[in-house]
Amino acid sequence: MNALIPVLVAAPLAGAALLLLGGRRLDAFGHWLGVVASTASFVAGAVLFFDMLGRSTADRPVHQHLFSWVPVGGFRADVGFQLDQLSITFVLLITGVGSLIHLYSVGYMAHDERRRRFFGYLNLFLAAMLLLVLADNYLLLYVGWEGVGLASYLLIGFWQHKPSAATAAKKAFLVNRVGDVGLSIAIMLMFTQFGSFAFGPVFGTAHTASEGKLTAIGLMLLLAACGKSAQVPLQSWLGDAMEGPTPVSALIHAATMVTAGVYLITRSAAIFNLAPDAQLVVVCVGAVTLMFGAIVGCAKDDIKKALAGSTMSQIGYMVLAAGLGPIGYAFAIMHLVTHGFFKAGLFLGAGSVMHGMDDEVNMRHYGGLRKYMPVTFVTFGLGYLAIIGFPGLSGFWSKDRIIEAAFAKGGTEGWILGGVALLGAAITAFYMTRVMIMTFFGEKRWQPNAEGHEPHPHESPSVMTLPMVVLAIGSVFAGGLFALNNAFLHWLEPITGHSEGNAPLGSLTISGLTLLCVAVGVAWSWAVYGRQPVPAVAPVGSALTRAARRDLLQDDFNHAVLVRPGEYLTRGLVYGDTKGLDGFVNGLAATIGGLSSRMRRMQNGFVRSYALSMFGGAAVLVATTLLMRSV
Amino acid sequence: MSFPLLTVTAAVPAVGAVVTAALPAATSAATRRTPKTVALAFSAVTLVLAAVMTARFDPGGKRYQLTESYTWIKSFGISFSLGVDGIGVVLALLTAVLVPLVMLASWGDADPEDPHSFEGRRRTQGFFALILAVEAMVLVSFLSTDVFLFYVFFEAMLIPMYFLIGGFGDRAGGPEAARQRSYAAVKFLLYNLVGGLVMLAAVIGLYMLTARAHLGSGGGGTFDLATITNAVSSGKLSYAPAAEKALFLGFFFAFAVKAPLWPLHTWLPNAMGESTAGTAVLITAVVDKVGTFAMLRFCLGLFPDASRYFAPAILVLSVVGIIYGALLAVGQKDIKRLIAYASISHFGFIIMGIFAMTTQGQSGATLYMVNHGISTAALMLVAGFLISRRGSRLIADFGGVQKVAPVLAGTFLVGGLATLSLPGLAPFVSEFLVLVGTFTRYPAIGIVATVGIVLAALYVLVLYQRTMTGPVKESVSKMPDLRVREVAVVAPLIALLLLLGIYPKPVADIVNPAVTATMADVHRTDSKPAHPAADQSWFSYTSLDSHGGEAK
Repeated sequence: MNALIPVLVAAPLAGAALLLLGGRRLDAFGHWLGVVASTASFVAGAVLFFDMLGRSTADRPVHQHLFSWVPVGGFRADVGFQLDQLSITFVLLITGVGSLIHLYSVGYMAHDERRRRFFGYLNLFLAAMLLLVLADNYLLLYVGWEGVGLASYLLIGFWQHKPSAATAAKKAFLVNRVGDVGLSIAIMLMFTQFGSFAFGPVFGTAHTASEGKLTAIGLMLLLAACGKSAQVPLQSWLGDAMEGPTPVSALIHAATMVTAGVYLITRSAAIFNLAPDAQLVVVCVGAVTLMFGAIVGCAKDDIKKALAGSTMSQIGYMVLAAGLGPIGYAFAIMHLVTHGFFKAGLFLGAGSVMHGMDDEVNMRHYGGLRKYMPVTFVTFGLGYLAIIGFPGLSGFWSKDRIIEAAFAKGGTEGWILGGVALLGAAITAFYMTRVMIMTFFGEKRWQPNAEGHEPHPHESPSVMTLPMVVLAIGSVFAGGLFALNNAFLHWLEPITGHSEGNAPLGSLTISGLTLLCVAVGVAWSWAVYGRQPVPAVAPVGSALTRAARRDLLQDDFNHAVLVRPGEYLTRGLVYGDTKGLDGFVNGLAATIGGLSSRMRRMQNGFVRSYALSMFGGAAVLVATTLLMRSV
Repeated sequence: MSFPLLTVTAAVPAVGAVVTAALPAATSAATRRTPKTVALAFSAVTLVLAAVMTARFDPGGKRYQLTESYTWIKSFGISFSLGVDGIGVVLALLTAVLVPLVMLASWGDADPEDPHSFEGRRRTQGFFALILAVEAMVLVSFLSTDVFLFYVFFEAMLIPMYFLIGGFGDRAGGPEAARQRSYAAVKFLLYNLVGGLVMLAAVIGLYMLTARAHLGSGGGGTFDLATITNAVSSGKLSYAPAAEKALFLGFFFAFAVKAPLWPLHTWLPNAMGESTAGTAVLITAVVDKVGTFAMLRFCLGLFPDASRYFAPAILVLSVVGIIYGALLAVGQKDIKRLIAYASISHFGFIIMGIFAMTTQGQSGATLYMVNHGISTAALMLVAGFLISRRGSRLIADFGGVQKVAPVLAGTFLVGGLATLSLPGLAPFVSEFLVLVGTFTRYPAIGIVATVGIVLAALYVLVLYQRTMTGPVKESVSKMPDLRVREVAVVAPLIALLLLLGIYPKPVADIVNPAVTATMADVHRTDSKPAHPAADQSWFSYTSLDSHGGEAK
């Protein structure tokens, strides 16, 4: 059975290789090849899952060593896979949602002449993401980690004739690279501390290291997580990443890749549990990002950017939960999975709307679409109810547990974190209701496109709506299923551990408060966007709104602090290198004077003169050896 | 006496150079191809011989293998002695792999504009003969176990390189380019000659010390590397500290000019920028490697105490070079100069790995030499294809190439990703080893060097974005995609980048014993982990309890 583990990675990798190297002859059916490769990986994952389910808890984790990768002295990096409850959960999410989005893309990208390449990149992404979650050591995880970054780069910039897309792709890779440096420093620290960076030895020996060293490792891992998961201060790339085709936004920038940071923190539980200072920073990052993303999400008129703000905010919830330690790990992952369903569904819905509206993304130019796109409306609506935490739907179960866990942290911290999480729930309800109303309700505010055609919204083909329906079903039921008898918690507990903490409020009280917050958010949003017509041109807005539209000035900040000084430094150095260091040598050459012009005459392409010069050189060498006799 | 494999391997390209140069002037289009084909054939034979050499090398055997020695100048104890260790063998193989690909890539670069002019008649012969001459000299440098023999060829390769740089440019730029080119060639020669002269003084000084210690066979001096190294480690040859430092600096200066180490780097952007892409690859991927190789073999082996003494200072220079080179690469407007500055940054990594004096650092540095050779060749040769199509080296003259030449753009991207050390490709392995190896001994320097990782992503992706993406510029709209010959150049390089990224173990296994020997030369051992994990196998992993403690 273990022989199936490499198949998980190999199937999409083979698909990618075929699609990218196969050339034009695969154009006709390449997209279906991509779907098959992805589905094969999902089937293998499902088989492995049921196999694991059949074993007792102690026997569930399996490990497979494939080959020795980089052996140098005490440095031993291997290629090996670890399949346990945590990684199989990710495998099912990645390949399941991944296969649905492959299918959706068959329709969405139908008219793109480079569709084969698109599926090649998608398959490459799956392979890298699966490697990331299956690796049994941090260096191999790093390969997957940058591999998904590459796939993300290629897919954000897929329409690279658009300068904005090319710029966004580069920005995403660069910001992620900053985070990746954190991962590499963490690995180096592990190597100096433990002589290893494989999960087993590191986690088994972590308690022998000093808290200071563990805190350093934890903070470096957090830096990596911030880059990949778009957490403050490395959040600036995610909004721009929406330049990519919408299926990419759904798969990579909502459901899977951006959650890799949460995986990394949860997987490194053994380190974080022993480094409370690092955990404190983790929860702070999570709480700040939760609010940051939510505020940005309230101000965006671009439907995808509003959803991107929401993604940041929801991952903020997960990071917060993971920072709480054993109180929160399992719920972070549970929210990650339910979020994977409903956010992927919401993005696919947004893509379907754009598909029907001539690629219009401005929600102020939507309105009243529920009648024209009934399936999209219903599936998007269910995703909407799930994300705001409507009782009984997926988001309700997972978000509620995170808010509870935040309170259960105890003390002042618990109150602050719980308060932020509650406030976040209210704002989530506000901005998602805003998206819902502006898109599907109210009057039509449709605008003619560049060529002057009025949009004719229509429902998308079934190859696109089918994945949306499946994801909507997941958005409705997954959370309840996971919460039933705490099934999800018991499933992950052997890997992540669990403790109850000490909540100052009862669980029912917290649920009640959460629902109250959600209701206030919805009502407020309805009061602003539902009771009065939405203007087709955005009003000026308050200072906060204007800042939020500019992503709370993140790019202005980065420009002023990093980009501009960097440009000056580079320009100064270029000038200095040619005029300063080089000028010295030029002076030297000038004093030698005629030498250079004489030498120029020798570069005439005549073999004869070359041979003569070589002979001359040899003569000089011989003369030198002879001279040495007298030394 | 067994078959003199090493001598023959180095002699084949030398003979090839003579034969190619002697071929008659072309009279028709068909005979114009003859010198190229002949030269390529000689380089192919060299590749086969180098492969045989690698296959016959036993990583577990003696330090220097396949040794040959012929008396050359007896009175000075100079001999023509060849032998390979694990470091030399992989670099010799790298050279033999790259040269045929460089020739294939440069196929039309030396075609005379007017084949009937007196000047144009023998131009092709000259270019290809010079490449073979460089190959022969570089091979002797990698294989030599005699200090003087090494010195002679280390210096002699300047001559063909000078003519390659000065005599043959890419077809971008007019008469001004010719002036720039000869300036670049003179600059290259001056820098390296000065370095070489300083080294010559040190070589002579070393000889005098060996003579004083009666190391030579006749009680006189010797240039035999193994004899001197053994005498140093056994205490038979003991330097006065000041003398050892002076000799070390003499050797190191020459190698640091060639490698090149900041701030001795300024000749490289000119030389790589003005010469053809093929010559640029020869400079950075082959000739410069002799410099870093010689640091490992000669500086560390001959002067262990001085090497340790100067290591911190050299590490600082190398880390400055990593960041300086990368920042300058970011600021370049010329594609080839950008790649040259990127190389300066990478040479910083190599030198850092060597002088960190850890197993990971030095094995990483050796792998880095190999991987940098392959990745720079891929990036630079594709850049050359791009430049010759447009007739310009300026980044601003390109835009949207991806749309018209997707294969060219794709291979350029792979070369770029290798340059930024993307995991999965070969350079990642070596760069990470160098970083880890430095970090274990000098954590601060290791951390500062990681800034280079971010900057590498910046200069590569900005280059790709400006040349390949965006709307298609009018001037590139008719650009043809890669031809079969060009694909044949790039495909093996990309295959090697993948292979050595995914399974570098065979090369690491060859290099590791040689590095262990070098570490012993300098009396250094790796620092032990602070809290070693008891059993490194997976099976010691017991599931964690909820509070992160561990079942003892």
